[in-house]
Amino acid sequence: MKRDPLVASAVARVDDAVLDAREFAGELTLFIDRDRIVEVARAFKDSGYVYLVDLAAVDYSKYPAHTGPRFSVAYTLYSFQKNARVRLRVWTDETAPVPSVTSVWRTANWHERETYDMFGIQFSGHPNLERILMWDGFNGFPLRKDFPVRGIDTGARIYPEVFPEGGGPKPGSTGKPAADVNLYKGEWKRYGTWPLAQIGGGAAAAKAPAPKPAPKPVAPAAPAEGEAE
Amino acid sequence: MFDVHEMEVNFGPQHPSTHGVLRVLLKIDGERIIDAKPIIGYLHRGTEKLFEHMAYPQCIPHTDRMDYVAAATNNLGFVETVEKMLGISAAIPRRAQLMRVMLSELQRISSHLLWLATHAIDLGAMTPFFYTFREREQILDFFEAYCGARLTLNCMRIGGMPEDLPHGWLEDVEAFVDKFPACIDEYESLLTNNRIWKKRTIGVGVLSPQEAIDWGITGPPLRGSGVEWDLRRAQPYECYPDLEFDIPIGRNGDTYDRYLVRMEEMRQCVRILKQCFPLVRATPAGDLKAKISKVIRPPEGEVYHSIESPKGELGYYIVSDGKTQNAYRCHVRPPSFVNLQALPAMAKGHLVSDLVALIGTIDIVLGEVDR
Repeated sequence: MKRDPLVASAVARVDDAVLDAREFAGELTLFIDRDRIVEVARAFKDSGYVYLVDLAAVDYSKYPAHTGPRFSVAYTLYSFQKNARVRLRVWTDETAPVPSVTSVWRTANWHERETYDMFGIQFSGHPNLERILMWDGFNGFPLRKDFPVRGIDTGARIYPEVFPEGGGPKPGSTGKPAADVNLYKGEWKRYGTWPLAQIGGGAAAAKAPAPKPAPKPVAPAAPAEGEAE
Repeated sequence: MFDVHEMEVNFGPQHPSTHGVLRVLLKIDGERIIDAKPIIGYLHRGTEKLFEHMAYPQCIPHTDRMDYVAAATNNLGFVETVEKMLGISAAIPRRAQLMRVMLSELQRISSHLLWLATHAIDLGAMTPFFYTFREREQILDFFEAYCGARLTLNCMRIGGMPEDLPHGWLEDVEAFVDKFPACIDEYESLLTNNRIWKKRTIGVGVLSPQEAIDWGITGPPLRGSGVEWDLRRAQPYECYPDLEFDIPIGRNGDTYDRYLVRMEEMRQCVRILKQCFPLVRATPAGDLKAKISKVIRPPEGEVYHSIESPKGELGYYIVSDGKTQNAYRCHVRPPSFVNLQALPAMAKGHLVSDLVALIGTIDIVLGEVDR
């Protein structure tokens, strides 16, 4: 940390906000007091780190032997003058907002929106903190470790009249019998086999009957000529 | 509230000149743009989430699908980041390094050719499309000869390259590279001094160097604004330190300068490729992989590494917990996503038809914007 004059000059201004420093693979990471990140960011910008390369969050909730706050937000800065990068990191959780650095770098705007969208981390002072990759009204934060990798059934949120709670087109809502809508030839209960607990079904989910196993697929027709291996 | 003359119009997502599924919500007064709001996410596939659930080598084909017109550079960025975590960056055999550089530079040419074709066709110049696709086709053939795929290449491995160059490949590429500068002249004869082209591009979407850095813009748009910064030179990777090339920069930071920068970059790619041929021939055939264990399990830590993709700085931020064979977190810093953010600032005050020029000049690929 002291070897790099630019880092040293920035850190000298905000010495007490830097909680810890770590180095791995030649990259310097500084752990910053969350509430003072804007001040620290400005100090770094003034001392040459004018370019915010990247802003990324990590959900540490499934990290082996991790204790402490759930999320970390990492800011990667670059100095053209020094041709060097430095990473600042702050810890936060679901509720504690991280002060937004959009006032320091305009590029932070979309980065912070993406981080909010994917992790649900709040950035206080952000001019327009709304979802960016997922749509408005999406229920969940996809990059959190407790979000299932196969996704969730989201139909109910956007078209409740067509997609009832639990998902799937409602029979008759498209003017066709359910079987035609769903491509599910069994008795209509629920589209797919999403466990209701994962989509916030709560108590209703516990009472809901388990979906019937899908009927066995019809034996495929004899392969057409040329398709046979 | 709206002024009586203002109205809101959706531009895209299904519009040919948005280069994919970009939607721009425009507030316009007649033909003049008062405000533009890009709405993205239509191509979001959760690539970063998928990365957390598969072993490092399995991620490489997924990187192809981000910037799907420049798969080789996506592969390169990912494998280099993992190599940096493993600490084997210096152990990559020279032949593999040269092959990586050659594939990336061919990819840069093909990406710029696609950009030129679509950018020109958006602005009403149809002929360059046919010319550039003629050459792009040949480059895709080279990729096909090397790895069997034309777009989604999956052509690099952690620690080296999957296979050696096929017989006669170098000679074919050499023949192409010899004649390619004449092709660039041909494109330039259609556009560079074309009065319509100049009227459509000069002074459109001007970015000052300070603004460009503030918006985090990288790649040709940054160099078009006059900042001489290229990761191949600033933080060289692979064998770029041994190769001579110039970094073209613009002066005015407008669409025309960004066009000139990319045209010159293609010439510099040719220059790099020409230096590679004798160097590759001097390396022993088949020396393609560093000695690494079959199970890739980097030590605990976090790494950010970036390369110069055709669009700008493509970075990967990987967090490893040191226990598993997959990344605990892999964040991609896509150049298109960050560059696109400056679109409203660039578009304000211009005409709707200039927006088409601006989307073209940023050179976005929605697969990379949305991931």
